[in-house]
Amino acid sequence: MFESLNKRLEEVFKNIRGQGKLTEKNMKESLQEIRMALLEADVNYKVVKGFIADVQEAATGQKVLDAVHPGQMIVKIVHEELVKVMGEKNEPLRMADSPPTILMMVGLQGQGKTTTAGKLAVMLKKKGHRPLLVGADVYRPAAIKQLEVVAGQAGVESFSLGENANPVDTCVMAGGEAQMRNCDVIILDTAGRLHVDAEMMGEVRQIHSAVNPTEILFVANAMQGQDAVNSAKEFHAVLPLTGVILTQMDGDARGGAALSLISVTGCPIKFVGTGEKLDALDAFHPQRLADQILGMGDIVSLVEKAQEVVDQEQALKFQEKARKATWDLEDFLQQMQQVKKMGSLGDLVKKIPGMNKMMPKGMDFDEDELKYAEAIVYSMTPYERRHPKIINGSRRRRIATGSGTSVPDVNHLLKDFQKMKKMIKKMMKGPKGRGPKGRGPQGLGPAGLGF
Amino acid sequence: MTEKKAGFLGRLRERLGKTRSGLLDNVKRVFSGRPRIGEDVFEDLEEILIEGDLGVETTMTIVEDMRQVTKERKLENSADLFRVLEEELAGLLEPGDHALNWTSSGDDPHVVLVVGVNGAGKTTTIGKLAQKLRAEGKSVVLGAADTFRAAAVEQLTIWSERAGAAIVKHADGADPAAVAYDATDAAVARKADCLIIDTAGRLHTKVNLMEELKKIQRVVGKRLPGAPHDVLLVLDATTGQNGLQQAIQFTEALNVTGIALTKLDGTAKGGIAVAIQKQLGIPIKLIGVGEAVDDLQPFNAREFVEALFE
Repeated sequence: MFESLNKRLEEVFKNIRGQGKLTEKNMKESLQEIRMALLEADVNYKVVKGFIADVQEAATGQKVLDAVHPGQMIVKIVHEELVKVMGEKNEPLRMADSPPTILMMVGLQGQGKTTTAGKLAVMLKKKGHRPLLVGADVYRPAAIKQLEVVAGQAGVESFSLGENANPVDTCVMAGGEAQMRNCDVIILDTAGRLHVDAEMMGEVRQIHSAVNPTEILFVANAMQGQDAVNSAKEFHAVLPLTGVILTQMDGDARGGAALSLISVTGCPIKFVGTGEKLDALDAFHPQRLADQILGMGDIVSLVEKAQEVVDQEQALKFQEKARKATWDLEDFLQQMQQVKKMGSLGDLVKKIPGMNKMMPKGMDFDEDELKYAEAIVYSMTPYERRHPKIINGSRRRRIATGSGTSVPDVNHLLKDFQKMKKMIKKMMKGPKGRGPKGRGPQGLGPAGLGF
Repeated sequence: MTEKKAGFLGRLRERLGKTRSGLLDNVKRVFSGRPRIGEDVFEDLEEILIEGDLGVETTMTIVEDMRQVTKERKLENSADLFRVLEEELAGLLEPGDHALNWTSSGDDPHVVLVVGVNGAGKTTTIGKLAQKLRAEGKSVVLGAADTFRAAAVEQLTIWSERAGAAIVKHADGADPAAVAYDATDAAVARKADCLIIDTAGRLHTKVNLMEELKKIQRVVGKRLPGAPHDVLLVLDATTGQNGLQQAIQFTEALNVTGIALTKLDGTAKGGIAVAIQKQLGIPIKLIGVGEAVDDLQPFNAREFVEALFE
């Protein structure tokens, strides 16, 4: 997300940086550019207005005009203001002092409430809790069935009184049910509803007062436009929302809705949904997102994520090799296997500082392509993997046959490997080593790895 | 939900009146509160259009055009400018074929492939469309090619029962292209009037999932040359500027023939559809203004804009 906003701001800041001194005039121009970029990113018009005013005020207060590096200063101020709007740190899920903790999922239709409920259940289960998923959407056909299937996939308990029951009753009964089944967290999946539908909003209010939830989580998708403020405002007026979960962050939405939602509800964004699989739910870190918006990369969460899955020793070895540029196809293979464990590749790569700049626009990572690449590398002899230079025409033919691919696929992979090696070398020189503009790896054939 | 039948424009006004009152009030305020055209009128107009999700670029073009027109025609009264704006918007929305043409050669069914991102309202739109077509006496087959999302097949099955339409389905996790092929086969064999194929929601950025859609389109065409006759992109009216990216990517992969704009009964303006029509020339074919069957309406640019600014 925020990719385009990021690019846009980078342009702005490059212009500012290029100019030795910041004048009243180019300061105004810069702010106008930032304003347009935010609007294009779907941040609400009024929110942008407020934000720009805040930046301007902060900028004036800090005497940007006389600063030695005025551009850097503006970047710093915009960053600070972004963090200020989005909250200083990640707000974890609130748990009840004595069980059960009750999490109530609410939102418009089609935001991903049911899927997110399943993701929360998976996350809580991993932390040693016993969640109970409760199906209270009696309106959308097969919604309860969907929740049951999701519960099955998540390996957690589920409960519902069915489509003919009153959803309020279902939610109330869930309390006793949780006790009986020894569950300590209840996740209520309510029906999607329009904020202008008085009857449906009345129902959700009834559920709220009947169960007194620990958290009321507003599930909203990141692709929303200007109207995000209206629906969030209405929901917040009817229910005391305690947090926001932003879904579909794995697309290319610029995600300005995030800023809008926080501004109008005052609620922290607690989690972001980053994929279709049930483990694709990440804690939201405002500081890191602000870094990401400004092109500083989300290296912290990359490292955290890597620590979860990557063999530490191997990671160190990799780093060492990368620095010395003795990195070969065997490392490439190992690296791919580690990376696969970490989830969406594109997501991951974006977290690396400087990577956003090196990546050609529209580049996407396809997990399936990894399988081909893996097959190709496996079809090489260990010696070939360590000395890719010796792989000549006849070796390529053998490798292609062995891996069930074609010679062009093998060529592609080798090319990508070389490019990646170069890029890693460059990266190791530090995030400031920018890649040449518009020249990244171009090929993305069947074996294209896009590194 | 009101069950009484209203005419198309009536229904639209009834629905959109509520939906659009925000935009309408705003526009009216600008044009009536300031009878004389000044810079502030253009600034307010910019705000209204951006808040309507038309996007910065489309908004700027329209505002610039309005400035030009004001100068050229020496307009002084903002009410006159308002009429020009109405024309401009209608002019933007008008091009293209806005109808779903339920005709195909001979006995073969008219095949519609329904695509879109997750949660846009594909299955609900198909359910309503099936009910509508059945009410018109057409025989309908539904193809349950969303084999990915949990219980998606069940959801469509319930709609098929409500509509009295036949449904072709496989087990969860089956190859969606195989379902689509079988559905086409069944629709042809039964000499059905229409076949509507549901697909799993997918983000337009997922390359392999977009490839999967291409394959579905291909195999349908293999079974019945010329099919699918329509590819409908379902778009949530609350979608912001990303809607344009969605339209671009889906159009690149498939022969998208039109947009179904859903959830217009909230407060969202659906302005991104204007940007899509303007930049890509994909016409809006259907609009969803509520949950009742009658709330799925064919699109008409002139009436749409009329109802918008009434």
